[in-house]
Amino acid sequence: MTAPLHEPTAEAAPSAAEEASVATSGAKAVQGRSLGRIAWERLKRDKLALTGGIVVLLLVVVALLAPVITSLLGQDPNEYHENLIDPLFGTPTGSLGGVSGDHLLGVEPVNGRDILARVLYGARISLLVGFLSAVVAVILGTVLGILAGFFGGWVDSLISRVMDGLLAFPQLLFIIALVSVMPNDMLGLTGSNVRVFVMILVIGFFGWPYIGRVVRGQTLSLREREYVEAARSLGAGRLYILFKELLPNLVAPIVVYTTMMIPTNILTEAALSFLGVGVKPPTASWGQMLSSAIDYYESDPMYMVVPGVAIFITVLAFNLFGDGIRDALDPKASR
Amino acid sequence: MLAYLIRRLFAAAVMLVVIVMVVFGIFFLIPKWAGVDIALSFVGKQADPAAVEGVREKLGLGDPIYAQVWEFFKGIFAGRTYTGGGDSIHCAAPCFGYSFRSEQAVWPTLTDRFPVTLALALGAAVLWLIFGVSAGVLSALKRGSLWDRGAMVIALSGVSLPIYFTGMLALSVFVYGLDLFDGQFVPLEDSFSGWFGGMILPWVTLAFLYAAMYARITRATMLEILGEDYIRTARAKGLKEQTVIGKHAMRSTMTPLLTMLGMDLGALIGGAILTETAFSLPGLGQAVLNAIKNQDLPVILGVTLITSLAVLVANLVVDILYAVIDPRVRLA
Repeated sequence: MTAPLHEPTAEAAPSAAEEASVATSGAKAVQGRSLGRIAWERLKRDKLALTGGIVVLLLVVVALLAPVITSLLGQDPNEYHENLIDPLFGTPTGSLGGVSGDHLLGVEPVNGRDILARVLYGARISLLVGFLSAVVAVILGTVLGILAGFFGGWVDSLISRVMDGLLAFPQLLFIIALVSVMPNDMLGLTGSNVRVFVMILVIGFFGWPYIGRVVRGQTLSLREREYVEAARSLGAGRLYILFKELLPNLVAPIVVYTTMMIPTNILTEAALSFLGVGVKPPTASWGQMLSSAIDYYESDPMYMVVPGVAIFITVLAFNLFGDGIRDALDPKASR
Repeated sequence: MLAYLIRRLFAAAVMLVVIVMVVFGIFFLIPKWAGVDIALSFVGKQADPAAVEGVREKLGLGDPIYAQVWEFFKGIFAGRTYTGGGDSIHCAAPCFGYSFRSEQAVWPTLTDRFPVTLALALGAAVLWLIFGVSAGVLSALKRGSLWDRGAMVIALSGVSLPIYFTGMLALSVFVYGLDLFDGQFVPLEDSFSGWFGGMILPWVTLAFLYAAMYARITRATMLEILGEDYIRTARAKGLKEQTVIGKHAMRSTMTPLLTMLGMDLGALIGGAILTETAFSLPGLGQAVLNAIKNQDLPVILGVTLITSLAVLVANLVVDILYAVIDPRVRLA
């Protein structure tokens, strides 16, 4: 993982004026507002975060509809157009890497596959791996973080040591190592599907300590709160306290870290495909497109710019949205 | 301090054993569970059956697991002789494995390539700490200013760009477009200026990502600390603003940054691998990449192990530095 997650930075908190307006409007309507409602009201005012969120939504729609969009455009991600390639240099004929009415973002060097179609299909891989690996990390991180924080003692020591160890490891190398020792077909999956499955598991596995640390810290401080003590003194069992008292209060940090983890995971997937341990050709992925573009950064810069910008926009949108969610949910931001 | 040092060294030794076991597990146990023939993946998938049998015997894959781990661990300190399939190969200590594909011990490859990666990582670390931290501090002090906004927009783009894409853009603009740099790696032994010139772009590329990250975090930490009571007290007793920021605020800002630095060293290796690939630097990253292409598992194993050890040592250094800056840590 090249861009590790860190503690949330408490920047871009709503200004004092905005806070005051929230406070007064809250005072007028004297009624309880749920955390989700408060967060949504703050988020609505954060234009950057909203833009990020809309772009994320658009990307998801585009990824889901990739086959429809490409067939509407009359293109196929794996169709060769060798007639559009300069036989001497192997680069596309025409300006800007072969941009034309048929090929809106140009074609690849050598075999002339449509770049737009490949980028659209690449979005599917990036988002799929980004989302699902975050889900794996959240499940592992939440369960182990709560265990460590709630039970303390040797359970906590063990889980904390494992988290520290995992965080300090050169994760990308371990991910490369794990992906490269995996078999080519397993559990009925073959080809790129195996790689996607393995990447989801492995990236998720190396991501859980980021969530686990936060959940553990929160659990540690929450379990000493008065309301937990009150519940305990009323005779509530451990499981009741865990699910009814602690978990609802952990939702906010978990949501924040999940949104911040997705862009990191997308970057990791792209890095793995860039290094050649990700999805296998001919399946399109942004990282793999960049890795083949490396030989053409002089002669056909368009080939590298398109997938690069696709990664950039996606990760930026997630980062903006994540920052906004964090500011909206962070209780500290209401200081 | 001595007690703290001994405790850290002991913890590092335990981690070393754990790392060896984890790496061994990844390369020997997981393929076994997944039903992959380990011998096959160690010689390459196109090898003839006799060679595969030889490797199976040489690696002792039929032995119990604990014996295999022991042989592997012993090899690092005492060297190892691989016997089987009618011949025997000696791999001198420290034996980090033997590539049956290139018929070479892995260790010389590692020592050849490690300095390049180390130079890349160290140079980038110096750059990003200087620029990232000062940009973050300046932004915090001039909160809301044009500088603050500009710096934070750049920082946000910095953390959203894949490092190899930044590298490729830098190559195409500064080397191909403006012709400012040569874009070729020159070994340090050949010419210092050539080496330095070739390393500038990779350093800046790698440092950019982390500088962006550190600027964001420095800014947030600094803002939080500037709101603390003791800063108000320092100002109230008439200290110069310079002293308040330089002595009181900076010291508290540095501690979380140092913790982060320790955690990021592992990730830095990943960044260095990607940067090396974009700039074709002959470092460990390139070795891994070639090994992936040639299915040369022992090299991947060796690189994973040696970088883990490097990160372990670097973390030890950070821990000691940490105790120097923040005396409370020694007692914890």
